Amino acid sequence: MWSGFPLRPEQASTIAQGIDQLYFFLTAITLFFTFVIFTAIFYFAIRYRRKAKGEIPGQIEGSLPLEIFWSAVPLVLVVVIFVWSSSLFISNSRPPEAATEIFVIGKQWMWQLQHPDGAREINELHVPVGKPIKLTMTSEDVIHDFFIPAFRVKKDVVPGRYTSLWFEATKTGRFHLFCGQYCGVNHALMIGSVVVMEPEEYERWLSGSRKAETMAASGAQLYERFACITCHGAGKAPPFNDFYMSQVKLSDGSTVVANEEYIRESILYPSAKIHAGYDPIMPTFKGQISEEQLLQLIAFIKSLGPQERKSE
Amino acid sequence: MTATATENSTGVNYLNVQYGIRSWLLTTDHKRIALLYLASITFFFLIGGISAVLIRIHLIEPQGALLQPATYNKMFSMHGIVMIFFFLIPSIPATMGNFLIPMMVGARDLAFPRINLLSWYIYVVAGLFTVYALIAGGVDTGWTFYTPLSTTYANGQVMAAALGVFIAGFSSILTGLNFIVTIHKMRAPGLTWSRLPLFVWAMYATSVIQVLGTPVVAVAIVLVGLERMFQVGVFDPALGGDPILFQHLFWFYSHPAVYIMILPSMGVVSELVTCFSKKRIFGYHFIAYSSLAIAAISFLVWGHHMYVSGQSVYASLVFSALSFAVAIPSAIKVFNWTATLYKGSVSYDSPMIYALGFIGLFTMGGLTGMFLASLATDIHLHDTYFVIAHFHYIMVGGALMGYLGGLHFWWPKITGRLYPDAWARFAALVIFIGFNLTFFPQFVVGYLGMPRRYAVYPEEFQVLNIMSSAGASILGVGYVIPLIYLIWSMRYGPAAGPNPWGATGLEWQTPSPPPTENFEQLPVVTEDAYEYGSKEAHVV
Repeated sequence: MWSGFPLRPEQASTIAQGIDQLYFFLTAITLFFTFVIFTAIFYFAIRYRRKAKGEIPGQIEGSLPLEIFWSAVPLVLVVVIFVWSSSLFISNSRPPEAATEIFVIGKQWMWQLQHPDGAREINELHVPVGKPIKLTMTSEDVIHDFFIPAFRVKKDVVPGRYTSLWFEATKTGRFHLFCGQYCGVNHALMIGSVVVMEPEEYERWLSGSRKAETMAASGAQLYERFACITCHGAGKAPPFNDFYMSQVKLSDGSTVVANEEYIRESILYPSAKIHAGYDPIMPTFKGQISEEQLLQLIAFIKSLGPQERKSE
Repeated sequence: MTATATENSTGVNYLNVQYGIRSWLLTTDHKRIALLYLASITFFFLIGGISAVLIRIHLIEPQGALLQPATYNKMFSMHGIVMIFFFLIPSIPATMGNFLIPMMVGARDLAFPRINLLSWYIYVVAGLFTVYALIAGGVDTGWTFYTPLSTTYANGQVMAAALGVFIAGFSSILTGLNFIVTIHKMRAPGLTWSRLPLFVWAMYATSVIQVLGTPVVAVAIVLVGLERMFQVGVFDPALGGDPILFQHLFWFYSHPAVYIMILPSMGVVSELVTCFSKKRIFGYHFIAYSSLAIAAISFLVWGHHMYVSGQSVYASLVFSALSFAVAIPSAIKVFNWTATLYKGSVSYDSPMIYALGFIGLFTMGGLTGMFLASLATDIHLHDTYFVIAHFHYIMVGGALMGYLGGLHFWWPKITGRLYPDAWARFAALVIFIGFNLTFFPQFVVGYLGMPRRYAVYPEEFQVLNIMSSAGASILGVGYVIPLIYLIWSMRYGPAAGPNPWGATGLEWQTPSPPPTENFEQLPVVTEDAYEYGSKEAHVV
């Protein structure tokens, strides 16, 4: 590749190469058919150019075999591409079991990132090389989008819900982090870097970074401060041991999985889905609790639960 | 087709039958209304074009050469809103569709002439609202109006612009309705569906989308308005709403809207390719039905705009498969147009240059659409300049080339005058080169990761952005040249005569410009479309 004029961004994650292979295959198909059509047009236009005014060429209505042929060729091609692309997409969308979870909050116009041990950063994400990382993301205002071109990953960051993406960096270095979804005046300034480090170096960075306590510990404090404990710790409301990702029976007879989304909803809109066997006595914490505190409470509940099974 | 109309002996035509501003503003003649539209959409094209110029100048430097970020955002929003809702969507339907559909089906006017005039007034009122929004502070939501940015966070005249788009929708619905009824009920004796010109087929498919799709975007806009004014909580999660719901409603219309823009151009190209090869179209029924197929599938692919929104993997798979399905009718059209040239008598008049340019650029635009229908690659490409390049190949390389080709083809019919064809061929070439230089680098810079709607960008993307801006200046020159010689030709061009291209089609069998009633006697059709000669060489 001509280094001064690259045709693709750096490949710095486990999925980048697979995406690039598909991309260059599609590029080859595009160039091939563009060449075929341009050549045919030029050849016909010159070979059959009008030689005399008023000449009337022989008339051709069409050809069924040709129509079938040039419908079948694109059909076969798009089926191949669809299968290739979709299987790649499905395998790329599943985070590995052992991924380290980092929380992301987007707001106009900055990224706030929280490591599980409590380290916090703004617009810069430090991660170890060769370790799968899962981001759980939400927004405080409009829709943002977390985009790391060198990793070929991108996901919208949506207010009012959690989205996630994962990657495993294969190269140390500093890579662009962009907000992909237009989010207002300073959209183009909502950028930063992902810094990929050797694992030891990452540990050093973690221990050196200013932090108060782990996310779960902050959550445990909130659990007391918001007086959750007075009901959830006393049998008046469901306890949280082994709660995360468990099947929760609701008062209307249906079942939900106690994932991040459900926990968040239950804190903000307690009456939306009532746990069977308990009275709907919980007040709403909407407006009193920040996105960051919600994530800390979720981290706390996770820490009481079984080891994370599947997140989606 | 049989010649049923003779040369107009009196010299009275739709242009000189009456003079004065009232005779234009109160006209119900579809041809005059087409010219009212032509003037209006040219005005909006200039506004959209000026914002594009400012965008490309600004992006010459990574830190932004010209505008504040807030102003830059208003510029690309205005570029998108004006170009899509006030130029591309009405472009071919409201001008050439209006002018030609009654003539092509052998009628004296559209089914509802007064509704036709009403739709122009609605369009103008809508346009004025948008111009108001532009002058009184601007809009910075992008043409997509995504919530909750548009409902809760954006400043500026979001409501005025949204109202403009909402009102313009009624114009679009009424025009579509008018065309559908006209094509069904007002065809000349003998003009069966299988004898209709392919332009009419394409306009029919377009009209169906306009009538079915536009109400949905109208609903979405009303909800944005209600949310913005009364905080009803449809889209804003802080009020219990769902921000993604807006994207479903918006793209349910706005993806089919892409086909509102491209299908008419496909119809135009079908007319041009046959006329300038002096040959029947290759695979008439395949081209006609592929327009309907595209219109039908277009309503089922909106989710491909939402692969990264958190949409479920299974929904994305279905939308991806359906999006790939669009490739087949599109490919059928391209192959049939190309095959029409085979053993033809090909001339290089300027409309043909545009048509051939269209086929090439649409091919590239269509093929690069596969990168975005494909899930794995779209995750990386979504919201980058690759998307910008792709849809400009379809919207400018496709829709606009078709519009200009059609304008050059029917200009002698509309005005009765010829323009200097050498200049026209030169302009077509300049546009083709300028277009590719502008938008091809954007494919590359998009894959490298440059996000769209960035007022400032990392330095490594500068070279490609400069290439793009250089191309845009060539493209700009390419648009100014036709403006000059077409206006010149209205006064100084030589008389065209009824059929300067030797084309088939009922519109060519009446004087240029046509009389108000189009035909002295209503025609009777006894032949297929495009009977350019004997059928001695039939393959099938």
